[in-house]
Amino acid sequence: MIEFKNVTKTYDGKVNAVDDVSFTVPQGNIAVFLGPSGCGKTTLLRMVNRLVPITKGEIFIDGEQTNSLNEIQLRRNIGYVIQSNGLFPNMTIEDNVTVVPKLLGWDKEKMRNRFFELMELIGLKPDDFRKRYPHELSGGQQQRIGIARAMAADPPVMLMDEPFGALDPIIRSHLQKEFLQIQKEVQKTILFVSHDIDEAITMGDQVAIFKDGRLMQYDAPDDILANPANEFVSTFVGSDRAIKSLGLHTVADLVNQLKVTPVAADSRQISLKTDLRQILSIFFNEGYEELVVVDEEKKPMGSITIQDVQKYLHQTNQSA
Amino acid sequence: MNGAFQYFMNNQDEVIALTLQHIQLVGLATVIAILIGVPIGIYLTTNDAVADVVLQIAAIIMTIPSIALFGLMIPVLSVINQGIGFLPALIALILYSQLPIIRNTYVAVQNVDPNMRDAAKGIGMSSWERIRMVEIPIALPVIMAGVRNAVVLSIGIGAIAAFIGAGGLGVLIDQGISRYNRDMIVVGAVGVSLLAIIADTLLGILQRVLTPKGMNINA
Ligand SMILES: Nc1ncnc2c1ncn2[C@@H]1O[C@H](COP(=O)(O)OP(=O)(O)OP(=O)(O)O)[C@@H](O)[C@H]1O
Ligand SMILES: [Mg+2]
Repeated sequence: MIEFKNVTKTYDGKVNAVDDVSFTVPQGNIAVFLGPSGCGKTTLLRMVNRLVPITKGEIFIDGEQTNSLNEIQLRRNIGYVIQSNGLFPNMTIEDNVTVVPKLLGWDKEKMRNRFFELMELIGLKPDDFRKRYPHELSGGQQQRIGIARAMAADPPVMLMDEPFGALDPIIRSHLQKEFLQIQKEVQKTILFVSHDIDEAITMGDQVAIFKDGRLMQYDAPDDILANPANEFVSTFVGSDRAIKSLGLHTVADLVNQLKVTPVAADSRQISLKTDLRQILSIFFNEGYEELVVVDEEKKPMGSITIQDVQKYLHQTNQSA
Repeated sequence: MNGAFQYFMNNQDEVIALTLQHIQLVGLATVIAILIGVPIGIYLTTNDAVADVVLQIAAIIMTIPSIALFGLMIPVLSVINQGIGFLPALIALILYSQLPIIRNTYVAVQNVDPNMRDAAKGIGMSSWERIRMVEIPIALPVIMAGVRNAVVLSIGIGAIAAFIGAGGLGVLIDQGISRYNRDMIVVGAVGVSLLAIIADTLLGILQRVLTPKGMNINA
């Protein structure tokens, strides 16, 4: 658990880059820091591992005040992924990934095993990459190695500053999904900087929206989309926020809440796992009147129409 | 030229002995200069104000004519009875080597991508670990270029050290002048040049070997 208490950062006695920010990130959650360029996301993130000294206020990790800990020990217990180019060009991929374990004095065998384990986890063949150097890898591969390096010593907390920022949209969304899959296994407490609302919705258990160093809203993505706290948040999340929120729900959610009509006509089949944003685009792009929902065994359960989606959206937004 | 070759053939043992003396003087001076200059260069990257002053001083030392520097050291070192000979020559070469070594170290470490330094700090390296595991390896090719510079420079200046009795190939030049023996002078001068060329080539190879593999693209 990470707790920010009235955290303020003033650079050179001028304006506050981070201004009296308080919120708590529960154990095992991903909190996304979101906001326009210069709003203080990176500054706040770097105060957690004390790369930036705190001007006022306190940060607690599992109840321990960060300023009371040894700076080097603190950082070795926090995985840190910086925006592209954080890999050491003079080290092989294996040395890069195991650099923190090495600092911690692990023996060779343990480091080797950990390297193989991590490479499996991020989906790269260990033997293909072991002896290569960062410049021989694609941007997406480098980014994955950066994440593996941050996870190497299995730190309970990870800081990620726009880890997928420099990648093209397809690779980015692929890595986002992949990373969420990993997170399901590892259950870290993660602070994740982004300036992309869609990324925030996909990645975040919580989203913190900042403007000029001040925290505008801190809520689950659902709540932010349904109930923006103010004008700034609602403009920032965009006028299509209702449609965005559909990405957070699946056909299963809809079926649970609404009665589906029995299958009348044969139509395109969709699985329970499909998200509703996708459903909407199927309706629009492929021109079906209704879609047939099938369960895990591909048995039809009933059909849904575009009105059902609308009704569902309406109900969830009201209940939120 | 024929005469010089004859002279070399007739005095091989002496010429080789003087060459080894030369190498010894320059080699020892370079090792000590690295041990002094590299840490100073690294330290300077943490303190800009001091950096300016130190680099200025090193540059001024470079401009002192070597004969004058030897002369200046005679009274100082006479106190410990070492006014002439190996020691003043060694000290002079160490001083002359400081500028290329300090400056190249300083520039190379300062030019290490700030993202690298940030990543190193962020994952919990101490300052020493960061310098040893990241900054020096990345800066090494440029530091080595400075060392190469210093060595070539020292081999040339080392020839003049013979005038204060430090030995080396300069002895041939010194004696050649006083005996009006042109062949001796030529053998001494060519010897110094060859030594410089060979040292430069070998250090060039060493520089390539020491360049981290992952950084060959930049080298
Ligand atoms: N080292 C520094 N010295 C002085 N001012 C700084 C420093 N670092 C950041 N700032 C200022 O603090 C404010 C917040 O910067 P920060 O880097 O935290 O923004 P950000 O939200 O991460 O922006 P981006 O999305 O562009 O990365 C900016 O106005 C920036 O100019
Ligand atoms: Mg930033």
